[in-house]
Amino acid sequence: MTEVKEIDRQSFHLGVWKKLLPFLRPYRARLAFLLTAQLVCAGISISYPLFQRYAITHFIEQQNLSTLTPFCILYLLVIILECTLVVLFCRAAISIEMYLGRDLKQKTFVHLQTLSFSYYNVTPVGYMLARTMSDTNRIGGLIGWGLQDMLWCLAYVLGTFVSMLFLNWQLALLIMIVVPVIAVLTVYFQRKILNLNRKIRKLNSTMTGVFNEGITGARTSKTLVIEDKNAEEFSGVAHDMYKSSVHATALNAVYIPIIVTCSSLAVAVVLTKGGSMVTFGSMDYGTLSVFFTYALTIFEPIQQLARIIADVISMQANIERVTDMLETKPTIVDTPEVIEKYGDTFSPKRENWEPIKGDITFDDVTFKYPDGEEYILEHFNLHIKAGTTVAIVGETGAGKSTLVNIACRFFEPTSGRVLIDGKDYKERSQLWLHSNLGYVLQNPHLFSGTIRENIRYGRLDATEEEIEAAAKIVSAHDLILSMENGYDSDVGESGDRLSTGEKQLISFARAVLADPRIFVLDEATSSIDTKTEQLIQDAISHLLKNRTSFLIAHRLSTIRKADLILVVRDGKIVEQGTHEELLQQKGYYNTLYRNQFAREMSERTLAE
Amino acid sequence: MKKPSSNPFSMLSSLSDGYRLLLITSAVTTILSIVFNYLMPQVIRFAIDTVLGDQPSALPAVLTSILMPDKQDTMRNLIACAIMAMVFSVLSGLFTYLCRYTMAKASEGMIERLRNRLFSHVQKLSYHWHVTHQTGDIIQRCTSDVEVVRGFLSAQLLEMFRTVFLIALSLLLMFSISVKLSWISTAFVPVVMLYSGVFYAKISKNFRKADEAEGDLSAAAQENFTGVRVVRAFGREAYEIDRFEKKNNLFSALWIKLGHWLSFYWGIGDLVSAIQVMVIVILGALEAYAGSITLGDFLLFSAYNSMLVWPVRSLGRILSEMSKTGVSISRLNEILNEPEEDDDPNALCPPLDGDIVFDHVSFDYHGVNPVLNDINLTIHAGETVGILGATGSGKSTLMYLLDRLYDLPNDCGTITIGGVDIRNIRRDYLRRHIGFVLQEPFLFSKTIRENISITSLQNELSAIRHSASVAAVDEAICEFAQGYDTVVGERGVTLSGGQKQRVAIARMLMQEAPIMIFDDSLSAVDAETDAKIRSALKQATNKRTTILISHRITTLMNADRIFVMEKGRVVQSGTHETLCKENGVYRQIYEIQGTLEEELANINKEVTP
Repeated sequence: MTEVKEIDRQSFHLGVWKKLLPFLRPYRARLAFLLTAQLVCAGISISYPLFQRYAITHFIEQQNLSTLTPFCILYLLVIILECTLVVLFCRAAISIEMYLGRDLKQKTFVHLQTLSFSYYNVTPVGYMLARTMSDTNRIGGLIGWGLQDMLWCLAYVLGTFVSMLFLNWQLALLIMIVVPVIAVLTVYFQRKILNLNRKIRKLNSTMTGVFNEGITGARTSKTLVIEDKNAEEFSGVAHDMYKSSVHATALNAVYIPIIVTCSSLAVAVVLTKGGSMVTFGSMDYGTLSVFFTYALTIFEPIQQLARIIADVISMQANIERVTDMLETKPTIVDTPEVIEKYGDTFSPKRENWEPIKGDITFDDVTFKYPDGEEYILEHFNLHIKAGTTVAIVGETGAGKSTLVNIACRFFEPTSGRVLIDGKDYKERSQLWLHSNLGYVLQNPHLFSGTIRENIRYGRLDATEEEIEAAAKIVSAHDLILSMENGYDSDVGESGDRLSTGEKQLISFARAVLADPRIFVLDEATSSIDTKTEQLIQDAISHLLKNRTSFLIAHRLSTIRKADLILVVRDGKIVEQGTHEELLQQKGYYNTLYRNQFAREMSERTLAE
Repeated sequence: MKKPSSNPFSMLSSLSDGYRLLLITSAVTTILSIVFNYLMPQVIRFAIDTVLGDQPSALPAVLTSILMPDKQDTMRNLIACAIMAMVFSVLSGLFTYLCRYTMAKASEGMIERLRNRLFSHVQKLSYHWHVTHQTGDIIQRCTSDVEVVRGFLSAQLLEMFRTVFLIALSLLLMFSISVKLSWISTAFVPVVMLYSGVFYAKISKNFRKADEAEGDLSAAAQENFTGVRVVRAFGREAYEIDRFEKKNNLFSALWIKLGHWLSFYWGIGDLVSAIQVMVIVILGALEAYAGSITLGDFLLFSAYNSMLVWPVRSLGRILSEMSKTGVSISRLNEILNEPEEDDDPNALCPPLDGDIVFDHVSFDYHGVNPVLNDINLTIHAGETVGILGATGSGKSTLMYLLDRLYDLPNDCGTITIGGVDIRNIRRDYLRRHIGFVLQEPFLFSKTIRENISITSLQNELSAIRHSASVAAVDEAICEFAQGYDTVVGERGVTLSGGQKQRVAIARMLMQEAPIMIFDDSLSAVDAETDAKIRSALKQATNKRTTILISHRITTLMNADRIFVMEKGRVVQSGTHETLCKENGVYRQIYEIQGTLEEELANINKEVTP
């Protein structure tokens, strides 16, 4: 299967962050504002205890209310300033979070559009999805909020110390002794907690897997009477989960009392030392009260700071995952000369495209999959004249798509050439070939949207009439009209609201609209009701007319119609010829055909 | 098992059985941790007011005598206060640890129980339920919804308790210092709570919209990745990028809009809180100026007041999150309230090596279109019978009924084995004695060895290999690099359709059941191997009753008797020879399959002159 790297870093790496810089550039003004606003806010937060101190010394101890009005006004102004800043920096932070996330998503998505099939074949969709969605979200979130939180905490802690030093440096130094202890402890615990959380995530996905299997395999489990055995196995996983979760919480719960003990030590020191200073008159009540406030509130930001730093370090993995993907090079690229002449995917020069006839030649082609070891084709030669129908038959999983993948340039030959209309296809652009290709999958893939949008996918500038005409050709028109909203019916996510047969017909219409010279049909194996089946058969014969076509075929009717049949077994082409020639060889095709024949014929006879 | 009701609280309370003591311990230690947390400022107040100042002690006499046996020795008293403050801190920390630890044990235990209950319940739900429910939806509920409940139990429940207690305690203490100031401070509480509540209610719509936009964007990406062939084959990369960009922009715009609302909310929240603190500082200072409260009271009061601010603000958020938990619990209850397959406690375990008799059996799935219509047939012990029929003719349903995967209603005829109505036989006993290979067998993500031996306690390789050779798959397995230890399924090697069927047959053989059903389970196997398997079966399992369902005449023709089914009825029965003489579907199919031979012969004739 695929090689999914888990990047695990515990220390800070500047190189990783440098890769993020280009994405931050457009937002530097906002970031600068954010950080400034945050600093001012931290300053204001520090100043609040000073207001209380002023009130104590002036109003209570000195019994002097003359400055009450300006005091109130100043206090109120500071509050209003702070709240305005809070609103502004929150807005800036969310914009940075979302814009950065959006840019990263866009870049990732665009890059994935250029990567080759060899990448898609070995990379699970979930993996790509996680890079595109959750990793980018997390990076955006941490840059938008984490960095400024970090700065706020830093500023608050430093500001508080400066303020304390000014008030009474001896007491300030006494408090500072516990700070490094707290920082070290926090980093230590955060690491442990982080590792444990990683373990929990892994367990969680195992548990989901077991659940998935328990449900999809439920019918088989019933016939085997292993429900209790399954439940027992599951409870093992669930119990591991229990133990790890309790362990993680316990670790968290130990950490907090330790920190609290440390900070209470600081408070105790302030109490004895400060108290005695007040007794001896070297300090006043007000200053002592400010010290208490500081001593009690400084430890929370220190913990938070350590947490964010741990977070930032773990986020390096997210950045690396995204940048690694962006740095993956597509294995199939058009040469600069080809791009010069025909344009690239995003700005094609259609005026230079030659019309295509659909004559395909495999010229001494040798091929193995990039992740495979075995050669699947060796010095393979085949000439497919324009308009020929080629059927490829073989068991499920035998590797019937390989030849099609090479012909369509989803993969390129390891050596040798593929000529289209007599010219090596590497001398033309990928888009030129792909724009002339029609592809219908056995599990037809539709996109969420309406039926009309899905058919139009075949040719974006098609008119309404052309769309309906295409639907009529494949006999899908009546079926579509019988639906609630006709052509505007919503097909659901990946077309889930339609049956497989309906999806087939829509995807045929889509292919007809594209009017390709080369047509690939990966035939459905799933059973469809006889009426739809007939519709589909008719549609196929319309589609095959005058086109070079590859049929990855399962039905006898389709197979027999082909001009050339290629028989695949264990990934290799073992027999080729017409239906009659192959039957006569009494080889593998003969066996396949007998099986298929027995099944289809009895199915048909019994259904009549 | 207690029947779960749809009430969220009754579900939680049934989960908490056996965890109540832990929950109570957690609640008590929470209160203790808060109390000690509050006592620390009390000691500081004492230090300032009584040790340093001249106020009388507000602490209980016992504490006072410990902290300050002699007013003159200020230094000693201060140290005593400092030590006491530390002791209280440590105690508060200790109890915080205990409350969180006990809560984790209780909540994770309850969740473990919920997960196990769900899993085993889903396992025991009827076959019909599994056919009619979507896997994705069930998994979603069993994971995401359970996670929501977990969040509630492990964090929110305690937080809520703590918050309410904190607010109550702060208010109590504040009122004991100054009633007048307390009223002013309290006046802000409903304002802030109402403000949070109303805001969260208002903004939840925006949250949902933004959430949907994210789901939409994610779905677009997923569709593109899974549909990469279609995208490339039509050369639609630019179009896809455009589509994604639009959704991406909408997604970020909605969240930014939401963020603007939130920042406004936070700003106003900060404003209200800061004004409350300011009012208390100014009014408190004025009260102290006027001499109606002491300086120590003032400091203490403002300390308590600032502790009130956060709990009040988080209460609104907690309440809105609680409603989510309610929704998740009701979604889980929908699954848990489905009835499990159950048996009469008096169900029988008779020997199952007798004749199987279907007597006037009729059946339908949804009250429409009868699937089986008055079926009468007898399968003698030790006999091999074949069933031929089209998709939807009811042949699989007949087997599902025999295995009690569906229960035959009381007035729809009877099915007996050795004269005992199968409705009176224990379900698990019955199924254990009927080996059933489904049309599309499922292999578990385990090794082949574990898969084959899954039903039996014995896992000696020789027995496993014996079953595998009968199923003609031993050789293929040995060719894998890891042989019998090859992991198959989702996380392992993909087997071909034929290999899967054969492993499933081997697995079934390990059951050593007196009755064996092959529901079209040789369909992906070629005719030769098919014949090989059947003759090996015959040798290995001679005395067992065997039911073969197939499309292939060659598979069926050696059976002792063959039944032909059409639209829920048995239309023909007999041996291959008698059926070939009858003018019916069987002969037709036999002849068509025969024409294949003719076709081949013709081709040979044409080519060889």
